[in-house]
Amino acid sequence: MQIELSHYLLLSATLFAIGVMGVLTRKNLIVIFMSVELMLNAVNLTFVAIARYTLDLAGQVMVFFVLCVAAAEVAVGLAIIIALWRHRGTMNIDSVRLLKW
Amino acid sequence: METILFAALAIVAILSALLVITTPAPIVSALYMVVTLFCLAGFYVLLAAPFVAAIQVIVYAGAILVLVLFVIMLLNLRKIEEKLAITWQVAGIVVATLVLAASFIAIMSNSGTLPSKPDVEHFGKVADVGNLLFTKYLYAFEVVSVLLLLAVVGAVAMIRKPDSGEPNAD
Repeated sequence: MQIELSHYLLLSATLFAIGVMGVLTRKNLIVIFMSVELMLNAVNLTFVAIARYTLDLAGQVMVFFVLCVAAAEVAVGLAIIIALWRHRGTMNIDSVRLLKW
Repeated sequence: METILFAALAIVAILSALLVITTPAPIVSALYMVVTLFCLAGFYVLLAAPFVAAIQVIVYAGAILVLVLFVIMLLNLRKIEEKLAITWQVAGIVVATLVLAASFIAIMSNSGTLPSKPDVEHFGKVADVGNLLFTKYLYAFEVVSVLLLLAVVGAVAMIRKPDSGEPNAD
């Protein structure tokens, strides 16, 4: 059986949905954070797969930029988590409800 | 051969991704995340993207996950009380299933129009990616470097202890 582009897209959609489920069902901030990373990675897989099947290297370059933004996001996000830990002493998402209606 | 590799990597990637979001202890989640990221690097090798595979392992598995593990250990995180109401858990699973179903329907209904794999030698050489990065996408490349600098400065500014008047306070 030949591996088609649709197989890669289906796999990527599955990983993305797992990430969505993690964001929506967990309360630990770090795990929510990693679920967001999972979604970013699913999109990266789509980029690379389409780059291979359409022979366009721009997809791989785009993955490079997504990775850079992800690295910046992780640095700032973990800084926020540490600051939150210092102020509230918890990692539960329910303790951050200042702006919640 | 490629099919077997794809199937094995896909099974491991999906299982470890599920374990990432279901394990109660965050540190175990982070370690399963490493497995998922390595599987994705394997897919990138299969898709003739050695450069992306290398930066996936170096940046994601090497730097980002180490940072996450460092924070988990620094804060001495144990598993917390996860008492999300069961209705919200069900709602989350339903939304994720809807996302999955929508993308599956979209992909399957268009699978006839997707391009099949072209056979070419020398696609995805690192030199070609670098060439593109430093010519056509040079502007975006520079902007991203500024973004990374801003992120580092922002992270340091946020972590700094509040109300320490002198720089040598602690």
